[in-house]
Amino acid sequence: MMKKFFAKAYIYILLLLLYAPLIFIAVCSFTEAKVLGNWTGFSTRLYANLFSNAVEGGNSLIAAIYNTLIIALVAASVSTLFGTFAAIGIHNMHGARKRAVQFMNSIPMVNPDVITGVSLFLLFIFLHFTQGYASVTLAHITFCIPYVVLSVLPKLTQMNPNIYEAALDLGATPRQAFWKVMVPELRPGMISGFILAFTMSLDDFAVTFFTRGTIGLETLSTYIYTDARKGGLTPELRPLMTIIFVIILILLLITNIRQMRAARRAAVR
Amino acid sequence: MLPYVIFMAIFVVLPLLLILVYAFQDGEGHFTFEYISKFFSDKDSLSTFAVSLEVAIENTFFCILIGYPAAWILANKKYNRSTVTIILFILPMWINALIRTLATAELFSMIEIPLGKGTLLYGMAYDYLPFMIYPIYNILNRMDPSYAEAAEDLGANQWQVFWKVTVPLSMPGVLSGVMMVFMPTVSTFAISEFLTNNKIKLFGTIIQENINSSTWNYGAALSLIMLIIIGITTLLSNSKEEQTEGGLI
Repeated sequence: MMKKFFAKAYIYILLLLLYAPLIFIAVCSFTEAKVLGNWTGFSTRLYANLFSNAVEGGNSLIAAIYNTLIIALVAASVSTLFGTFAAIGIHNMHGARKRAVQFMNSIPMVNPDVITGVSLFLLFIFLHFTQGYASVTLAHITFCIPYVVLSVLPKLTQMNPNIYEAALDLGATPRQAFWKVMVPELRPGMISGFILAFTMSLDDFAVTFFTRGTIGLETLSTYIYTDARKGGLTPELRPLMTIIFVIILILLLITNIRQMRAARRAAVR
Repeated sequence: MLPYVIFMAIFVVLPLLLILVYAFQDGEGHFTFEYISKFFSDKDSLSTFAVSLEVAIENTFFCILIGYPAAWILANKKYNRSTVTIILFILPMWINALIRTLATAELFSMIEIPLGKGTLLYGMAYDYLPFMIYPIYNILNRMDPSYAEAAEDLGANQWQVFWKVTVPLSMPGVLSGVMMVFMPTVSTFAISEFLTNNKIKLFGTIIQENINSSTWNYGAALSLIMLIIIGITTLLSNSKEEQTEGGLI
C-alpha cells in the first residue's frame, strides 16, 4: 500500500513539474500585463487581440503562424509521398545496398538539429541557392522523410506480398494494384508518418533558423526566439500557446479513449 | 527509388561532405588546417566544449536517475493501468520548446532563484526527460514478466530481481534514451541562452554565432568536431545495442 502511494506520488510530482510552465502560461494568458508573470487583473483581451489580428507590432505574429502551418503542411505532404515510395523501394532491396540506404535514411534522425541546419546552410551557400521559403521547406522535407520511411516500413513487412501479385493476376494494371491494394494496406503507416512529419516540422527551430536566409522569413519558433532576444515576449503568444495546448490535449484524449473503448470491446468479445 | 536516393545524396550526404570541405578551407577556398587548429588553441572554444560535455553528461545522468523509476512505475501494472498517464508525459513535447523554456526561466525569476548552472540543468532535464522515459518504458512494457517470475521462483528477492533481471534487460531502452538526450544537449542553443541569461554558452551556441557572423569556415570546423563525437557515441552504443524495434509515437 505504502509502495503504491509513493509510486503514484512520484509520477504526479513529475507531472506537476512538467506542466508547471504550461499552467503558468495559461494563467497569464488571462491578464493584460505586458511582461510574463505580472498580474493586472482578469482579462480576455489577449484572446480578442489574437482573433481580431490586433497584435501589437503589426501582423508579424499572424504571418509567422501562417508560415509555420504552410511549411509544415507542404513538408509533411511531400515527405509522406516521397517517403512511402522510398519505403517500398527499401523493402524490395536486399543485402548491402539495403543496409547502405537504410544507413543514409537514419543520418538525419541521428544528427542533432544544429548539424542538420549548418550542413544544409552550407549546401545552399555552395549551390548559390537563395534562402527563403523554398530552402526552409526543402530542409524540412529532408528531416521529415526518414520518419515517414520508418512509419511505412513496418506496414510493408506486415503486408502479405501475395495480394499485390494476386491483384495483377486478376487483371489489375500495376497502377491499379498499387492504388487499390498497396495504398489501403499502407495507409495507417502513411498517416502516422504524416502526423509525425507535421509535428516535427511545426516544432523545428534550429534547422529553420539556419536555412531561412535573410529575407525576414519567420516561423513561430524563430519568431519566439527573435522576440525573446529583443526582450519580452509578445503577450498574444500566451493565449496562442494555451489554445494549441488545449486542442492537442483534447485530440489526444479523444483518440486514446476511443482506442481504449475499442480494446475493451475486443476483450469482451 | 532512384529519385529518393538522389534526393538524400544531395540533401543529406553532400551537406555533410561540405562541412568537411569548408572546415579545411580558408576564405579563398585554399586548403588549410587553420580552423581546426584554431579550435584546439582557442581557450574559449575549448572551455565551452568542456562545459557542454559536462552539462550533457550531467543531464543524461539526471534523466536516467529521474526517468528510469518513472518508466518503471508507468510500465508496472500494479501502479499504473492507464495509457493516459503516459500520454501526459509526452504531451508537453508538442508545445514549442522555446516557449516552455522561457516560461520556466520566468518561473525561476518569480521565486527568486538566480539563473545559472542549476537552472540550466533543471531546464535541460525538463526538456529531455520524456525522451529518456519513453524508450525505457517501451522496453519495460514489452518485457516478458516470466523472466522476473522465474528469478523470484529461484529465490531472488525483489532488489535482486530488479538489479539482475529488469535493469540488464532494459539496457537497450536506456541506451537509446542516452542517444536521444546526450547529443541534443551538447548541441542546443537558445535553450541555454534563455535559462542562464547568456551566462553559460554551449557548443551549439558557438556554432550558431560563427555561422551567423559569416565565419562559416570556423563554424564548419566546429560542426566537424561535433560530427566526430556523434560518430564515436553512435559506434559505442551500436556495439552494445541489439537492434530493437520501437514505434515513435
